Amino acid sequence: MIGRLRTTKNSLRTSLIITRREVRDSLRDWRMVIPILILTLFFPLLMSVTAQLAVNWFSKYGADIIGLRMIPFLLMIVGFFPISFSLVIALETFVGEKERHSLEPLLAMPLSDSELYLGKMLAATAVPLLASYLGIAIYVIGLYVTSRYFPPGPLLIQIFLLTTVEALVMVSGAVIVSSQTTSVRASNLLASFIIVPMTLLLQGEAAIMFWARYDVLWWILAALLVADLILIRMGVRLFNREELLGGEIDQINLRRVGRQFRRFLLQSPDEALRPWAGGRLRPDIVRWYRQDFFKLLARHHLSIAMIFILMIASIALGWFYAGRYPLPSQALNFDALSSKNFESVGMLNFLPHFSPWSIFFFNMRSLILGALLAVFSFGVMAFVPVMSTMGIVGFLSHQIAYAGYNPLIFMAAFILPHGWLELPAVILVSAFALRLGASIIAPPENLTVSDSLLLALADFIKVLFLVAIPMLIAAAFLEVHLTPKIVVWLLSPR
Amino acid sequence: MIATESLTKQFNDFHAVDGLTLQVHAGEILALLGPNGAGKTTTVRMLAAILKPTRGRATVAGFDVRRDARAVRQNVGVLTETPGLYLRMTALPYLDFFGQLWGLSLRQRAERIETLLRRFGMWKFRKQRLGEYSKGMKQKLAIIRAMLHDPSVLLLDEPTSAMDPHSAKLVRDTVVSLRDERRAIIVCTHNLAEAELLADRIAIIRRGKLVSQGTPRELKAQLLGPSLMEVRLVGSVDGLGPRLSDIVQIETQGQNWLRYRTSSPETVNPRLLQRLASLDKQVVTLSQVPRTLEEVYLRVVEEDS
Repeated sequence: MIGRLRTTKNSLRTSLIITRREVRDSLRDWRMVIPILILTLFFPLLMSVTAQLAVNWFSKYGADIIGLRMIPFLLMIVGFFPISFSLVIALETFVGEKERHSLEPLLAMPLSDSELYLGKMLAATAVPLLASYLGIAIYVIGLYVTSRYFPPGPLLIQIFLLTTVEALVMVSGAVIVSSQTTSVRASNLLASFIIVPMTLLLQGEAAIMFWARYDVLWWILAALLVADLILIRMGVRLFNREELLGGEIDQINLRRVGRQFRRFLLQSPDEALRPWAGGRLRPDIVRWYRQDFFKLLARHHLSIAMIFILMIASIALGWFYAGRYPLPSQALNFDALSSKNFESVGMLNFLPHFSPWSIFFFNMRSLILGALLAVFSFGVMAFVPVMSTMGIVGFLSHQIAYAGYNPLIFMAAFILPHGWLELPAVILVSAFALRLGASIIAPPENLTVSDSLLLALADFIKVLFLVAIPMLIAAAFLEVHLTPKIVVWLLSPR
Repeated sequence: MIATESLTKQFNDFHAVDGLTLQVHAGEILALLGPNGAGKTTTVRMLAAILKPTRGRATVAGFDVRRDARAVRQNVGVLTETPGLYLRMTALPYLDFFGQLWGLSLRQRAERIETLLRRFGMWKFRKQRLGEYSKGMKQKLAIIRAMLHDPSVLLLDEPTSAMDPHSAKLVRDTVVSLRDERRAIIVCTHNLAEAELLADRIAIIRRGKLVSQGTPRELKAQLLGPSLMEVRLVGSVDGLGPRLSDIVQIETQGQNWLRYRTSSPETVNPRLLQRLASLDKQVVTLSQVPRTLEEVYLRVVEEDS
């Protein structure tokens, strides 16, 4: 054998070998080059002339501000149009290669999945982004030449960064789409999931620019950056040899989905991660409580720790905001406190009636909503129920302290009697919801994305029904029948 | 060089390869035969460290396919089922790209590319776009790609498919010369004549399982019974049966020929010739009836189904 095994130090250099080839290949395709050239050279000049004409036209009717607000909008459009090609190139470079069978020789090379992914990501992003930067530069120069106007520096930086992260979102999204399909046709259909949100985002950005709320663009930038990180993490996980060569048919097999889900519900956590050799599955509730539950806790220890930390952080945040927005002192007066005060809680629209089942269903509703948010945000929003609840607890504790009461006694009276059951249940459900959302981004080693999602869903359901719901029901009864008594006993004047 | 032990690959509930145990030594060619969907390509993909085995283990060139996947890929040359070329490129930059990925220096790349292109008669087409190549030329280029880094192990999936007879012979000769250079080679093929011509040993797999394994001769003896011999005489063979019955049992006969089976032709055939001479029977030919690998293959596959 000749040649030498590349080390991880050479990773970027190896990726760049792939990037160079792909960029050259893209530039050989006139169907790619001509539109990019038009959008880079001709379109920005047209836009700068359009901007000048618009400013003049609007100023005739005394609406100079409308004309001026079009300038940054057109700047954004000039930057965005060339990067829309990154989606096409990405789909072509990832799933196109798969379809033409030219990916397998690459997979047989001594490259890591990440090197291959990085090389292709750079290839799909480089040309459209450079074209976009060039287009922006031409537009700005054209604008300066025609109207002696130069956009403010921060706006240029915002557009430059927005264009970059938007290109990355499209490319990293395209990788995910590509890894789940076997043909360019199928990936083009799925690409709507990228194009539609990007179009809506562009419209939103246009509205924001029209209202000159450029500060909001920074928040959009931050959100896109988070989306980039999630999509890239997911892409790195999905763009691997097993996923790429494992699935050969784009078809939903509902019977298989049902079978796998049943298997994950009934098998122990260890068995679920191993390939299934078939055989009879039996429910074993005793085993689940004695062994499986603790194994699941151990497996989810990171998610549980994360939710717990966020819970503490939410209390601190609530405490901090109570300092900034103190309530009037008469709002918190426990001098005339009695059990009847609790019954009026239900009169507030956003809180449940003060009965065990109302409280239980209220808690369930917010936890299920949190789980749904977790699925659609890849786990990021799983902590919303915990954060909102504990934020209020922190806020009220500080207000209590302001009103001259001991916040620890407040917590012991209002939270502890039922919270010792309710809080662990909420932490558990939130942690398993976090895993449910993250299961799409980071499937366990031996599982496909769909199986990973099914396993996380099965675990979530088991923990919800076998642990959390009984705890929440018990907590709701304690909250109605015990907590008010302890509150009155501890906080009412003697 | 290549050793697998209970190698298994499962896709969801489907066992593509199921408990495969094989060994291929340096300087040996193993032909992997089996019907479509038998698990040949999946086996090659696992041995090339492209797919991870679900169970079992495999070492290639001394490296574990699961643990040292990158080192395995560095030491293996793979010819994939389809050539999978970049059709807008020409041969030189195409091969240079793969040479760079193998970690070959500029000089090594230039030398190897020219040597191999010339060896396969492709040098004159080096400036032509790969999209303009014929199927056979594409296949040859894919073989050159697999050999570029001079690997110690070669995994060739249908190496001569779509080739004209001359090109196919060129590839076969190359594979044989690579074997002579102490390389371990696995060839997946549906061309049974080619397998017989090339392979030192043959492994037949079906539904992911190893059904039969051995040298072509061993497989024939094992599956088709002892060698079938045919004697052709100048005159008629009528009435010869009883006179030869202490030496051979005649299986079939014609006007001037007869056939019998023997597992030890080196002792039986001389005795038979002596007997025929003593009976004044003139022998035209005594030969083994050719038995092809196709018969073996069909027998195995039919028996198993």
